[in-house]
Amino acid sequence: MTSSEINSAQENWSLIIRPQRAWWDLQLGEIWRYRDLILLFVWRDFVAYYKQTILGPLWYLIQPILTTVVFTIIFGNIAQLSTDGLPPFLFYLAGNTVWVYFSACVTSTADTFAGNAAIFGKVYFPRLCVPISIVLSNLISFGIRLGVFLGFLVYFLLNGANAHLTWWALILPILLIIMAGLGLGFGLIISSLTTKYRDLQQLVGFGVQLMMYGTTVIYPFSSVEGGFRWLLLLNPMTPIVEMFRMAFLGTSSLEPVYLIYSLVFMLIALLVGILIFNHVEATFMDTV
Amino acid sequence: MSDIAISIENVSKSYRLGVIGTGTFYGDLKRWWARQLGKPDPYLKLGQVDHGNRKGQTIWALENVNIKINQGEAVGIIGRNGAGKSTLLKILSRVTAPTEGVVKVKGRIASLLEVGTGFHSQLTGRENIYLNGAINGMTRADVTRKLDEIVFFSGVEQFIDTPVKRYSSGMYVRLAFSVAAHLDPDILVVDEVLAVGDVEFQKRCLGKMNDVVGQGRTVLFVSHNMGAIQSLCQQGIVFQRGRMIFSGTQSEAIRHYVDSVNKPEVFLSDASSRPGSGQIRIVKAYLRDADGSPLSAVQSGQDVYICLRYKAGSNYAGGAVKTGIIVYDQQGIAIFTHASVIQGIEFKKVPDEGVFICRIPRLPLPASNYFVECSVKVDNEYSDRVENALNLEVVHGDFFGTGFFPGDRQTMCLVDGEWMLEA
Repeated sequence: MTSSEINSAQENWSLIIRPQRAWWDLQLGEIWRYRDLILLFVWRDFVAYYKQTILGPLWYLIQPILTTVVFTIIFGNIAQLSTDGLPPFLFYLAGNTVWVYFSACVTSTADTFAGNAAIFGKVYFPRLCVPISIVLSNLISFGIRLGVFLGFLVYFLLNGANAHLTWWALILPILLIIMAGLGLGFGLIISSLTTKYRDLQQLVGFGVQLMMYGTTVIYPFSSVEGGFRWLLLLNPMTPIVEMFRMAFLGTSSLEPVYLIYSLVFMLIALLVGILIFNHVEATFMDTV
Repeated sequence: MSDIAISIENVSKSYRLGVIGTGTFYGDLKRWWARQLGKPDPYLKLGQVDHGNRKGQTIWALENVNIKINQGEAVGIIGRNGAGKSTLLKILSRVTAPTEGVVKVKGRIASLLEVGTGFHSQLTGRENIYLNGAINGMTRADVTRKLDEIVFFSGVEQFIDTPVKRYSSGMYVRLAFSVAAHLDPDILVVDEVLAVGDVEFQKRCLGKMNDVVGQGRTVLFVSHNMGAIQSLCQQGIVFQRGRMIFSGTQSEAIRHYVDSVNKPEVFLSDASSRPGSGQIRIVKAYLRDADGSPLSAVQSGQDVYICLRYKAGSNYAGGAVKTGIIVYDQQGIAIFTHASVIQGIEFKKVPDEGVFICRIPRLPLPASNYFVECSVKVDNEYSDRVENALNLEVVHGDFFGTGFFPGDRQTMCLVDGEWMLEA
């Protein structure tokens, strides 16, 4: 074969496998091609998880309610933390509803490589499909928890509680996108690092739990004074939790403009996460 | 000339030996700190050399492999374990990336390194078809279009809405293979999947793969099963220690493979622990073919010569010598025996050195490992007996001349026969 023939043949290769793709070669088109797989993963997680439980999707209701009851007793009644004048139960339920979505996104996407090594070792598909599907399937459970929250909100409002729904509730999708992006970004970074350092896995659950205390989940922003304020503001989740309470319960001492910080933080975390993930995915099977 | 479907150019793949990094962040930090202080690596194993670059040892699973595969060709890849076959398939399937080199592919490629990847035990057969299809790159519409066909081919219609955890392992594999068989890629890469399932299922797999080949698709097939490779592939590639050592027609490739595997000869010079008078001692046992070239593995149906080199001791008085062998399988069951007395002969007054040869025409053994015991009698008295004189490795071959090969453990020996009908 002459070299001109080689050149002409090269033009219609449908796939070229190289040692390492460029950092910026994210192959987003391919993820779009595999969108059915993402949806099937979402659906699998939902169906498979609850198929053999007695209470089925009821677990989605029991979990947040029980957690909130515990929070109400410990932080509201025993520790007597401020709730900005809101009914403690509603206050904690709101914080919990938002926080659980974020923490679930981080902890489950962080397990992407380690948890799927068996599949990844046998067949190729864009690895990003897995974390994306996790973020989406967590959206289902968030929806159910949001329903629970709204149910209690209506109940409390009918009973004349000091809380009110505002038009800000319409920015909920934006809050969700920022949270999903943050969760995905953190999760991708951690899962990429866990291919080399398994002990990071231990850190994830623990770290996310610690981060909750650094977020305004169990106390309002207004109750924090002095230098700690800055620390709280560095946390990209603080504006989200605060905005969620402002939107649905009507009180927050944090300006909505801080949400822009969360958004920028999210975009950077997501970009870094995807880049590292993309870099690791080509050869992670050799190290995991 | 025909179009090239896969072009593998200078592909190499290296793995680092041992654990990469210490596995924990704390460990790596300690190692880094020790290096800053100029101390030896605290995680180095005893006796391990501290390399200057501390990169550890690397092993090249593939070295500079260049292969061009034409469209519509069925190519069998053979080689011993660790020869690099599976690594090559992993690179082609994009499970891992090559260390060097480029692979160019024309057309949609589907790889079956395993059937049923991603099957979820809680989901029903139907649900798993969708999931598995999508994992292998099908869209939901693709699966829906082929669903009836897949279900029919799998033969588990009745249980299609039952969770697969209630399936027997046979049903599970049939369903999984059925999905795989309906991927309809331009290029199919298959690894040893035929090793699972019963004989009937294996035949079905082979039949389906034959169809795929017949449709003019490109197939790459890795197997230890020479019979399957021979009946399926026209082209063959032989790998040895990460390098491609032969590429050509399938039958040539198989011959090359059988020749290439290193030639083990058992030296039996230490006879001190063996029974017998020692007038004649066997010093070496080996196999060769009709042309006299040594064999390490034999194909079913091949003429094989079992050679026993001997030396006469000083006490040999020139008596008549009788020889015999017994072939055992791995469970220690004697499969067959042969001896000079069967033939009604004995060797009278043998020279001081020489080789007793037992020719077994058309070796009637299916692929497996066997052991050969040999014995020598002088004047009806044991002179030497070696229980495990020789390891006889048999690989699949075309014993019947029809391309049919029996499945593992289906038969202990191969016999000729003929079927006819009388009415």
